[in-house]
Amino acid sequence: MSIFLNQDSKIIVQGITGGEGTKHTARMLASGADVVGGVNARKAGTTVSHQDADGNDVELPVFGGVSEAMEKTGADVSVMFVPPAFAKDAGLEAVDAGIGLLVIITEGIPVQDSAAIWAHACEKGNATRIIGPNCPGIISPGESLAGIIPANITKKGKLGLVSKSGTLTYQMMYELRDLGFSTAIGIGGDPVIGTTHIDALAAFQEDPDTEAIVMIGEIGGDAEERAADFIKENVTKPVVGYVAGFTAPEGKTMGHAGAIVSGSSGTAQAKKEALEAAGVKVGKTPSETAELMRELLS
Amino acid sequence: MDLFEYQARDLFEKHGVPVLKAKVAETPEEAQAGAEALGGGTVVVKSQVKVGGRGKAGGVKLAKNPEEARQRAEEILGLDIKGHITKRVMIAEGADIAEEYYFSVLLDRANRTYLAMCSKEGGMDIETLAEERPEALARVPVSPLTGIDDAKAKEIVEAAGFDGELAGKIADVLQTLWTVFDEEDATLVEVNPLVSTGAGDIIALDGKVSLDDNASFRHPDHEDLRDIDAEDPLELKAKKLDLNYVKLDGEVGIIGNGAGLVMSTLDVTAYAGERHNGVKPANFLDIGGGASAEVMANGLDVILGDDQVKSVFVNVFGGITACDEVANGIVKALELLGDTATKPLVVRLDGNNVEEGRRILESADHPLVTLTDTMDGGADKAAELAAAAN
Repeated sequence: MSIFLNQDSKIIVQGITGGEGTKHTARMLASGADVVGGVNARKAGTTVSHQDADGNDVELPVFGGVSEAMEKTGADVSVMFVPPAFAKDAGLEAVDAGIGLLVIITEGIPVQDSAAIWAHACEKGNATRIIGPNCPGIISPGESLAGIIPANITKKGKLGLVSKSGTLTYQMMYELRDLGFSTAIGIGGDPVIGTTHIDALAAFQEDPDTEAIVMIGEIGGDAEERAADFIKENVTKPVVGYVAGFTAPEGKTMGHAGAIVSGSSGTAQAKKEALEAAGVKVGKTPSETAELMRELLS
Repeated sequence: MDLFEYQARDLFEKHGVPVLKAKVAETPEEAQAGAEALGGGTVVVKSQVKVGGRGKAGGVKLAKNPEEARQRAEEILGLDIKGHITKRVMIAEGADIAEEYYFSVLLDRANRTYLAMCSKEGGMDIETLAEERPEALARVPVSPLTGIDDAKAKEIVEAAGFDGELAGKIADVLQTLWTVFDEEDATLVEVNPLVSTGAGDIIALDGKVSLDDNASFRHPDHEDLRDIDAEDPLELKAKKLDLNYVKLDGEVGIIGNGAGLVMSTLDVTAYAGERHNGVKPANFLDIGGGASAEVMANGLDVILGDDQVKSVFVNVFGGITACDEVANGIVKALELLGDTATKPLVVRLDGNNVEEGRRILESADHPLVTLTDTMDGGADKAAELAAAAN
């Protein structure tokens, strides 16, 4: 089992003909993910050539819109690579089409556009789960990959992972590669995101094949503090945590648009303390965090 | 990007928010001329710094005539307010203030929506008001889809306790402030105080605006609002090279890929520094996914331009990027930099194609480069080298 994404997931790519879209469509296919087509209004009716995991040539159809792509292919997941200036329209379109899962990889989307996509999804009854924006996506190793997470780091296993950061997700999957993961999700480092730490924690708690959870946070906002409250009340599975950005100065954006300490709020120390108060063991470094997980499971 | 008060005032004026006439001055003489241009009567001379508490620090003073404005500007220019040096003053018309209110609209991260806050008790520090008398501060969620329309403006002013004619006037001003928030891609528009005058006019007397850097592609004019003087020269250089760099106060230069991993690298280096004379990370630098030789060379160039730097720690996890490309990048970067590269480099590579990456660095055998196996080990080595050179 896994959460949000499994072996039956049928994936389309919004922006399949662009540079990033082309590169990662190939990578997703090579990992065994079932990519069934893509969207680009200007290239509707054409196809793009790729190879599947077995090296067979495949021609993927390019559609004019998400609705049509879903209708013709049965897709239930969209991975979006369109540039920031077009991301709002593409996101609204995917939500309007009612796709089950929308993974927005695009970095640099104006926060008002992300807020509009989110508000629209809420208005539509949250029929579309959104992951991102500015995220690496989601992988259920051995089942499917929707995004840009390297598929060869680790295998299927019993750990769930949720993180704001892409490379820290990879680092932690690598540290615990012998144990394997049910699902790993990068939720993104922007101020407004779809799926939160709490959403992922709730799903991992319910997933019978996830035994323990790694939660990675970073400076900015109070998502980690709220996740800590949620863990205290609702999560019985073991959770280990890691927070990045203890040395970040106040008022400076550290790479991710949302990673900023404002005054005394959003600090790594406050997040670590909140998680520890909820019974979460928090590592000082990624390697120590991996050790804590091993101790918990031994 | 946070704006100065005078920049916020200009944006307000552009979108029809009622503001006072004002001039900006960088010298006492300009201040005097500004006061004369405003009619020669009473003006307020205000320090332009991006920090609160200007009044208490002596950064806001009344002047009855242009000569006094010159004197007040002389006192305020150069004034240090909580570490911010006053380089400009704003000369604003005097106003006949009857009452002071508060309004703001901002991005509410936790609830993934916008929040409007409004109070009849403006002028004071709003965080103090929120803490001491939360009932006096109305908080009204604003949908990103509909914004502050007639109905929402009415809801906000009523929640804040305004009524009658005044409520209508303020509601109109709130809608113009919403236009600023919406059309300029702001994450914060705050007016404190919003005042009513003896004549019954509503005026935004002091404003604070934060703009979303991600939206700059549709606001080319926002680039002019940037306070280039206040930016660190190395950060400015990095920005020109399209690098994500933040200057810190330390001795170990850091290069990594991905914001989270780089933040983590800074922390791990700081811990390692505790064992090595307290050396600290010198910067944040995320070279992103690509990590081509050129990006690596640019990154190293910026970091080695920091005189404080004694060693460099390159920490890359090859996810999408293959480690052999990164290794080639480092080798070519060192070639490009030639004799200007003089500080030791500790390199940790892991992930995609790591064996090949390590082989490339080993066979290049550059005298400045030390390879390590782990992130913790690399941080320790880099801190040790920095401490030894210090």
